[in-house]
Amino acid sequence: MKLNKEGVVALVAVFLGLAAGAILMSLTGNNPFQGYFYLVRGGLMNAERIGNTLATATPLILTGLSVAFAFKTGLFNIGAAGQMLIGGLAATAVGLSLDLPKIILLPLVLLAAILGGAIWGFLPGFLKARYNVHEVVASIMMNWIAYWTVYYVVPQYFKGAYLETESRKISEAASLKVEWLTDLFDGSYINLGFFLAILAVVVVAFLLNRTTIGYELKAVGFNRFASEYAGIGANRSIVLSMMIAGALAGLGGATFYVGYASIIQIGVLPSQGFDGVAVSLLGVNSPWGVFGAAIFLGLLHSGKGFMNAMTKIPPEIADTIIATIIYFSAMAVFIEGFWEWIDRKKRVRANTTEVNQDEEIIGGVR
Amino acid sequence: MLDIIVQVFPYAIAFTIPLLITALGGLFSERSGVVNIGLEGLMVVGFFVGALVTAKLEVFIPGSAVWFGLLAAFIAGALFSLLHAFASINLNANQVISGTAINMIAGALTVYLARNITGSGNIHIIHGMVRRNIPVLDKIPILGKLFFTQTYATTWLVLAILFGSWFILYKTAFGLRLRACGEHPQAADSAGVNVYRIRYLAVMISGAFAGLGGGIILVTYSGEFNGSVAGLGFLALAALIFGQWKPLGILGATFFFGFASTIANVSQVIPTLSRIPGIILKNFPYLVTLIVLVIFSKSSHAPRASGEPYDKGKR
Repeated sequence: MKLNKEGVVALVAVFLGLAAGAILMSLTGNNPFQGYFYLVRGGLMNAERIGNTLATATPLILTGLSVAFAFKTGLFNIGAAGQMLIGGLAATAVGLSLDLPKIILLPLVLLAAILGGAIWGFLPGFLKARYNVHEVVASIMMNWIAYWTVYYVVPQYFKGAYLETESRKISEAASLKVEWLTDLFDGSYINLGFFLAILAVVVVAFLLNRTTIGYELKAVGFNRFASEYAGIGANRSIVLSMMIAGALAGLGGATFYVGYASIIQIGVLPSQGFDGVAVSLLGVNSPWGVFGAAIFLGLLHSGKGFMNAMTKIPPEIADTIIATIIYFSAMAVFIEGFWEWIDRKKRVRANTTEVNQDEEIIGGVR
Repeated sequence: MLDIIVQVFPYAIAFTIPLLITALGGLFSERSGVVNIGLEGLMVVGFFVGALVTAKLEVFIPGSAVWFGLLAAFIAGALFSLLHAFASINLNANQVISGTAINMIAGALTVYLARNITGSGNIHIIHGMVRRNIPVLDKIPILGKLFFTQTYATTWLVLAILFGSWFILYKTAFGLRLRACGEHPQAADSAGVNVYRIRYLAVMISGAFAGLGGGIILVTYSGEFNGSVAGLGFLALAALIFGQWKPLGILGATFFFGFASTIANVSQVIPTLSRIPGIILKNFPYLVTLIVLVIFSKSSHAPRASGEPYDKGKR
C-alpha cells in the first residue's frame, strides 16, 4: 500500500502527540507506559467501556465531519462548538416543550438540532459569500453568541430542579438512549446517535464523491474563481457548505445533549467542537478517515477517567495530547515538505546508482 | 444614574484592563502579518504562571509577590507564544489551526500541571493587588471619583503600555517595519527588513501582553487560577477587529465591551439595570463586531498580509 502524503502527516502528528504526552507524564513523575496502558484499558476493557468509547466518539464523528465538510469547500469551520451548542439547545427545547410519543418526538428533536446548527452555520457562510467577512472570525463570534444565548435562555425557560446552571432532564421519549442498546452494552452511555453518525458518514461520503453538488463544493474549495468561471455558483456553494457543516455539528449537539447526557449545562462551550478540528485533520478530511479518528479520540477521552483512578495522572493529559496533535497537524506543509525531501533523496540515490551502472556498461563497451 | 455609573465604573475598568492589554498584544501580532487566535490560551498561561509564582512567593514577600507574579506571567506568555511563532513563521503552518492548538494546549496543560501541584487544579492567592486613591487628582469633582479613586496600579501600567505601543507602532522605525511586514512582506524584505525576525518579535509581544492580561485578571478581580479565562481572549480579538487594528480604536472598543459586560454582571444587584436583559448585553460585543465587519467589508483596515505565511519567492 502506498501511503499518501496526508496520511503520513496524520500518522506523524499522532505519533508526536503521543510522544509529547509520554514526555509530559514522565516530567510530572509518572510512568508513561503505565499511563497509556490504563488509558487504553479504560476505554476498552469491557462491553460497558467500549459502549462509552463509542458514545464519546459519536459527537466527535459529527463535529469532525462538520469541519471536514467545510474544509472541502476551502472554509475553516471553527464554529462547530457553537453550532453544536445551539443544536443541543434546540433539541432540549423541543424535547422539554412537547409531550408526544417517542416515534414522533425524537425525529422532531433531531430536526430542531439540525436546523439550529444549520442556521448557526448559515450566518458565517452568508457573511463570507456576500460581504467577504472571514468565516473564522464570524464563526468565533457565533460561538460566543451561542454560549451567552444558552447561558441566559436555559435558566429562564428550562431551569433544572436543583441547579440554576443546568436544564431540566429531558424525558425518555425525547432521548436518543434506548433500553435495548444500553442493555446490550451493560448500561453504557451508547445511544442511537452512534448509528446516526455512521449514517452521516455514509451520506457525506456519497454527497462529496457521487453527486454534482459535492463536485461543485469541492471545485469551489480548489479554486473559487476558476469554478465561478466554469459556471458554478461559488457564493451559493459557500453558503450551502457552511449550512451543511452547521447541520452536522447541530446533529452532533443532539447526540451529546439528548443522547450521551440528558441535560444541557450553561457556561460551557463544548470541547467536542474544537476536537472536531483534530478529528478532521487526522481523518485527512475524508468521511471514513474522520470516523476512525473520532473513535481514536473517543478512546482517549473515555479512558482518561480510569487512568486517573489507577495512576496519579490527571485526566487532562488526554486533552493535552489531542491539542498537541492539532498543533503538529498545523505543520502539515512542513511535514509534507520533509516527506518529499526524503522521497527526493531516495530517488536521487536510486538515480546515481543507475548512472553508475550505466557508466560501468559504457566502460565495458569501451 | 450618575450614582450607578460611579458604582459600576471601578468594576468596568478592572474588567477592561486585561482585555485592553490582550487586544494590544493581538494588534502587534496581526499588524506584523500573523493572525493570533491563540490569545485566549496565552492569557490562560499567564493566569496559571502568575498564580503559581505569586502563591509560592507570597509566603516570603506578601506585599510585592503580585508584581513578580505579573512579571512571570509576562515572560511565560512570551515563551509560550514561541510555539505559535515557530509553527506559523518557520514552518508555514496554518495560523488558525496553530492558534486553535495553542488555546487547547494551554487550557489542558495548565490544568494538568495545576492538578499535579494542588490536586484540585485551582491555585489560590491570598494577597491580591491593593486598590489605591491617586492623591490630589481624586479630589477633582466627578472625574476624580470615576478615574482616580480605588484604582489598581496595573491600570496605569497598561495605559502606559498603550501609549508606548502607539508610540512604537507609529513613531519609530521598528513600528514602521512591523506594519510593513503586515501589509506587504516582500516589499519590506526588499527594503532590507528581516521579516522573520520582526514577526517573531511581534508574536512574542502578543504572547507577553496576553500573558500579562491573564496575570492581571488573577491579581485584580479573580484571586484564583481555575483553568479558564471564560472567553476573554476571544473578546479581546473582537475588540481588536471592532477597533479596526488601531491602538485608540482598541481602547474605545475594550472599554465599550468591558462596560457592557460589567453592566450585565451586576444587573442582578442594581435594579435600574436589570431592565436591560443580560443576553443582549453579553452578546452585544460579538454582534457589533459582526456588524462592523460587514460595514467595513469594502474598506477594512485589516493588515493586508495577515494570516499568510511569508514566502520569499512569491511576487
